[in-house]
Amino acid sequence: MAQAHTAHDGSHGSYSAYLIGFVLAVILTVASFAAVMTHALSPGMALAALTVLAVVQIVVHLVFFLHMNTSSEQSWNLMCFIFAAASVIVIIGGTIFIMHDTAINMMSR
Amino acid sequence: MLGKLSFSAIPLDVPILVGTFLGVAVIGLAVLGAVTYYGKWGYLWREWLTTVDHKRLAVMYVILAIVMLFRGFADAIMMRTQLALAYKGNPGYLPPHHYDQIFSAHGTIMIFFMAMAFMTGLLNLVVPLQIGARDVAFPFLNSLSFYMTLVGALLINISLFIGEFAQCGWLVYPPLSEMQFSPGVGVDYYIWAVQISGVGTLLTGVNFFTTIVKMRAPGMGWMQMPVFTWTAFCTTVLIMVSFPVLTVTLALLSLDRYLGMHFFTNDAGGNVMLYLSMIWTWGHPEVYILVIPAFGVFSEVTATFSQKPLFGYKTMVYATCSIMVLSFVVWVHHFFTMGAGANVNTFFGIMTMIIAVPTGVKIYNWLFTMYKGRVEFTAPMYWTIGFMITFSIGGMTGVMMAMPAADWILHNSLFLIAHFHNVIIGGVYFGYIAGMGFWFPKAFGFKLNEAWGKRAFWCWFIGFYLAFVPLYILGLEGMTRRMNHYDNPDWYPWMLVAEAGAIVIACGIACQLTQLYVSIRDRNLPENLDLTGDPWNGRTLEWAISSPPPAYNFAVIPDIHGLDTFHTEKQLGLKAHGKPLAPIHMPKNTSAGVFIGLFAFLFGFASIWYIWWLAAISLIGIVATMILRSANRDVDYYVPVSEIEHNEEVYSRRIAAAQAAE
Repeated sequence: MAQAHTAHDGSHGSYSAYLIGFVLAVILTVASFAAVMTHALSPGMALAALTVLAVVQIVVHLVFFLHMNTSSEQSWNLMCFIFAAASVIVIIGGTIFIMHDTAINMMSR
Repeated sequence: MLGKLSFSAIPLDVPILVGTFLGVAVIGLAVLGAVTYYGKWGYLWREWLTTVDHKRLAVMYVILAIVMLFRGFADAIMMRTQLALAYKGNPGYLPPHHYDQIFSAHGTIMIFFMAMAFMTGLLNLVVPLQIGARDVAFPFLNSLSFYMTLVGALLINISLFIGEFAQCGWLVYPPLSEMQFSPGVGVDYYIWAVQISGVGTLLTGVNFFTTIVKMRAPGMGWMQMPVFTWTAFCTTVLIMVSFPVLTVTLALLSLDRYLGMHFFTNDAGGNVMLYLSMIWTWGHPEVYILVIPAFGVFSEVTATFSQKPLFGYKTMVYATCSIMVLSFVVWVHHFFTMGAGANVNTFFGIMTMIIAVPTGVKIYNWLFTMYKGRVEFTAPMYWTIGFMITFSIGGMTGVMMAMPAADWILHNSLFLIAHFHNVIIGGVYFGYIAGMGFWFPKAFGFKLNEAWGKRAFWCWFIGFYLAFVPLYILGLEGMTRRMNHYDNPDWYPWMLVAEAGAIVIACGIACQLTQLYVSIRDRNLPENLDLTGDPWNGRTLEWAISSPPPAYNFAVIPDIHGLDTFHTEKQLGLKAHGKPLAPIHMPKNTSAGVFIGLFAFLFGFASIWYIWWLAAISLIGIVATMILRSANRDVDYYVPVSEIEHNEEVYSRRIAAAQAAE
């Protein structure tokens, strides 16, 4: 239906925003490799560090490359993203919580 | 050439199935013959099969749901009869192989093809009308969704006559559903029927979500939306989150079965318990997908027939939204006994109990809406009051089983069966039938017969208690579900009572059929005709237009100033019109949905029977139809002003005739 269409006019970012995003992404990537390759951290700590770095990396990509922000024209995108993230956390997090507990109790692993 | 398919797949040795096949064939040929005799094929094709009109799709969904209700109920009464007979020395008339297929098919059909189809039908009929829209956001996808649902229903019913159906329950738990233990095609029928109809449901979810977000009439903010539309909105959100989980779970199971993988097998590192968790991650939201729109129906029915605004509109909205969120964090209560520890069970047990709070809020809202209202006791109101009583009992037994400790005793017993039928019949079914009675005049322009509606209600209401209270008792006495035979003399009398209940419910269904017949026969009697489009003194926008509405619904899109604008303006004697008419942009009918459905059917059937060349051809067919449809630019037209004027004039004359008659 015609009335369902809205123009896609979201901002496409500035040169400096892309540059900042690129630099941040490189730093985060290098840090990830460094965390593993230098053996400075214990395996457990390295895993934790990688997780944090990966999540930050996602946020950097979303903000600087996909232009997600809190402005009104982006509000639906942001809301959908938060919704998707919450769903994934509930589904995957919940499943891990349940299956981990089960594995310990049932000695299935 | 034909994969696993051969003549031995046709169960000629089972007299019940041969008889059923003959019955279905006779009825089917009679219908086809009648359509040919009256020369209605062209009409059927142009006006119904290729339609993208949400109101006509709604009618087709509800017809599908009613046909599936017969199939599902036939299964139910066969099970009850088996258990009324199969005591001590009597093996009953259904051997285990057949009985197991029946209980699996009963659950699958009732949830996926009766309840889901009925729910989608109600959404289709009501949501665009309530928000002042001329169609849904994606009319072609809506048609496609219907055909996906229909294909699923066809596949599952074909399993009666070609091959077999699954014998491992309606959620086909592994390892029983794995190739090792179910080498036949039964589980494959289940997988493809549910997967294909699942695509339809997901598309419906996306479609109605978009419709509600983007296509509300000007001035209708979120808090001016009718409650039914709110419940539809929450349901679509749940569909969009949960159905992909179902698709993935069944896809993993089919990888196990078709490609010898080991996601859910006993050996080679598979984890059977992961399947339980994943299927119920979908399964629990699913029951709320079904019941939340029923809550919406009850809200509309109670407010309209109590002739009062709904008590606590905002609390109703917040309660619906909290149920939507909470329904996503309770799924473990379906398998407390699996062996997860106290932490897991406590968390999900408490979450389950919390859901009772917003549901209780709703019950009080409906009661307070009726309080001091001038309640008209129509058939939809009967179903609503029956629901409040029955659903409250079902909710309480649900809270009992939400306690993990109690659930360890009640799990998989008939107590559980009684509980979920208590909420699904008492909540979902009563709600949909109330909705059908309430909106029937909107869809067809005449009312359903009240007397037969009330008779149907009493049969269902009494029959329900007769059939399921014994199951509560039997569950407490230790009888488990899915039993084919038993020796305990204490159980026998209760099984007889339950059988009597099933027969009373059968009378209820007979009353509903009679109601349809009598209503259609007497449709032109003045007391049955709905000339004004507002037979119940309604509150929401769907009653502002003629019954049945024109294809474009609203000649002029109404302006909304608040909740129940239509009702307020009616009382003030205002006329909503005044804006000039303009040509209306509408989608054209398309046969693409029919062809994609046809190819999907062939694809499903071929995959079930390992006929790979046919599967490949039909898959190409689906993609090609999709591409052709996308390349087609001739998909819309404009309704000229003269036609709109003509329709409006006819409508005004009907209103004048109705006023003259008063």
